[in-house]
Amino acid sequence: MLSTYQYPKYDYVQPPEQKSGERKRHPVVVVGAGPVGLAAAIDLAQSGVPVVVLDDDDTVSVGSRGVCYAKRALEILDRIGAGDACVAKGVSWNVGRTFFREEEVYNFNLLPQPDHKRPGMVNLQQYYLEEFEVRRAQQLPKLDLRFRNKVVSVTSTAEGATLQVETPDGAYTIEADWLVVADGARSGIRKMMNLEIEGKVFTDRFLIADVVMKAEFPAERWFWFDPPFHPGHSVLLHRQADNVWRIDFQLGWQADPEEEKKPEKVIPRIKAMLGDEREFELEWVSVYTFQCRRMNDFRHGRLLFVGDVAHQVSPFGARGANSGIQDADNLGWKLKLVLDGLAPERLLDSYSEERIFAADENLLNSTRSTDFITPKSKASLTFRNAVLTLARDHAFARTLVNSGRLSVPCFLTKSRLNTPDTDAFAGDMIPGAPMDDAPLQEDGQDCWLLDRVGNRFMALVYVESAAAVDAAMTQAASTLAAAPIPVEVVLLAPTAGPPPAGLRVLEDVAGRFAERYDARPGTVYLLRPDQHVAGRWRAFDTARIEAALARATCNAQ
Amino acid sequence: MPLNLKPNFAEPGKRYFRAYTPGDDFYEALIETHRDLSDEQSALVNAKLVLLLSNHIGDLSVLREAMQIARQDV
Ligand SMILES: Cc1cc2nc3c(=O)[nH]c(=O)nc-3n(C[C@H](O)[C@H](O)[C@H](O)COP(=O)(O)OP(=O)(O)OC[C@H]3O[C@@H](n4cnc5c(N)ncnc54)[C@H](O)[C@@H]3O)c2cc1C
Repeated sequence: MLSTYQYPKYDYVQPPEQKSGERKRHPVVVVGAGPVGLAAAIDLAQSGVPVVVLDDDDTVSVGSRGVCYAKRALEILDRIGAGDACVAKGVSWNVGRTFFREEEVYNFNLLPQPDHKRPGMVNLQQYYLEEFEVRRAQQLPKLDLRFRNKVVSVTSTAEGATLQVETPDGAYTIEADWLVVADGARSGIRKMMNLEIEGKVFTDRFLIADVVMKAEFPAERWFWFDPPFHPGHSVLLHRQADNVWRIDFQLGWQADPEEEKKPEKVIPRIKAMLGDEREFELEWVSVYTFQCRRMNDFRHGRLLFVGDVAHQVSPFGARGANSGIQDADNLGWKLKLVLDGLAPERLLDSYSEERIFAADENLLNSTRSTDFITPKSKASLTFRNAVLTLARDHAFARTLVNSGRLSVPCFLTKSRLNTPDTDAFAGDMIPGAPMDDAPLQEDGQDCWLLDRVGNRFMALVYVESAAAVDAAMTQAASTLAAAPIPVEVVLLAPTAGPPPAGLRVLEDVAGRFAERYDARPGTVYLLRPDQHVAGRWRAFDTARIEAALARATCNAQ
Repeated sequence: MPLNLKPNFAEPGKRYFRAYTPGDDFYEALIETHRDLSDEQSALVNAKLVLLLSNHIGDLSVLREAMQIARQDV
């Protein structure tokens, strides 16, 4: 029982096929209603694909677990209709401070530049995130969310999968053309299928305590190396919603997890940190260890693995749920195109390739942070402390301080879906880049770029003024819009002016689009449904857009 | 040229999207150089590294400045 949060209890309803005894085949079944399975199911259902979600439980994450949701995950949550609730409830922050012993040695700002809709990070207990996603899922008529449906066996074939499911009413069988496996780090399905997950286990233990207290500390991430109140180890402090604070104490491998969880052990640690006078209440305590590992392939025939089942990282960097939500973002549109017969199954191999590329970056960064935070040898500890000592006075050493490189999206530079640049561009919005946001206006109303793109392919065409658009371009736009995989052409202009018939115009009021995308009159960006750049050119050319679209959907010869 | 104390790590031909990546690449390589060594062996490796890098820098005024900063607060 938590004092600040009441766990929702979702109703179990007997599944229709169990009632009727009839076997049913569904285009997509998702196993697991954690943050990642829910994101995948919502994305598919809102794009029109009927989805069944099976979860063995009837509530949300027990204990707060994940805390930090990064800008990119929030943008994806916006796209699937759950972003506002998370940001409204959560604590937004951008600044992190790092202390060595008694002194601050380094601080960072996740979002040094203004003009982005979302902050660098929002802190929110994982149960809220899941509750908001469930709420969104329950609004979608195509989404059939089944609680207390435990998958006990999976048989996979070339055409799909057959599952045995247990409910309070007994067992039933369900069939799927495609199975999205999102059953978490301890995945039963991965084991049943004898699929390997490889990597390294770290020999360290961490105590996490969620405490309720009134405190005026700013909404920032505070990290201590070797503080006087917890010598020899690290401590991390985060503010969450409802005056709940997350404190994370490194304990070392020798610590006894059962002993350390006892309030009589935990409370003195917190008192040493906060000082004796501050009143607080323990909300939730747990001791965890972690692993850094991933599966060799995220696709096995008709089984698609997303989230923790496919990859696990250390929590330093908050890359777990954040990267899992990006898996869902990458998978949804591809699976829909394959289901609609508009792209070959090969497109789903690109899901595995792109997300493995991202997972490796996440693993690399979280492993490096872990090695810095918990040095494995005396030489490594000496270097670590030398960096921290120099960091106080010297800028070069500050960039080496690694108290967690927080989740940022991966640039999918190696993806075969990208059309490589043939024209010269400055800046980072290269093919494979996750899109940068920008403040815009449409029809005189303020809006954000990322709220205006996604869910479909789009070509953004930057023009001097909308009036300058000729009939040939208007004609090309309607050709692209009428193709089997439509591309919506949208104009971007420094000032709007009257739009030509049938074309939308976004106004780059602050000039941030031009700046961030190195746009000049004539510049064209082809964008994927998951808000990544597929290709870009200095002049509008229908044939090149069509070729890049074919490439981005594995339809090229 | 005075001792450069600004971030200065980079690998020619490599494109970076995050400011911390080149420094982290360096740090990982440094720690990796010490993998599985005893403390004594590590100290020897560090001494050799200092000598190699010092010769590469060459300019004694720069080296003296670095030596002086390194000795502070020890
Ligand atoms: C201490 C800690 C701190 C963390 N901090 C962060 C953070 O700050 N930011 C971040 O992004 N991540 C963080 N994480 C990681 C984050 O919690 C996970 O990455 C995230 O929960 C993974 O989501 P998932 O949907 O893949 O799996 P899960 O959340 O594990 O969900 C799996 C779901 O599948 C269900 N299920 C399992 N087996 C079956 C079955 N056989 N049949 C039906 N249903 C089944 C389970 O009941 C569960 O609902 C943290 C984790 C820990 C432990």
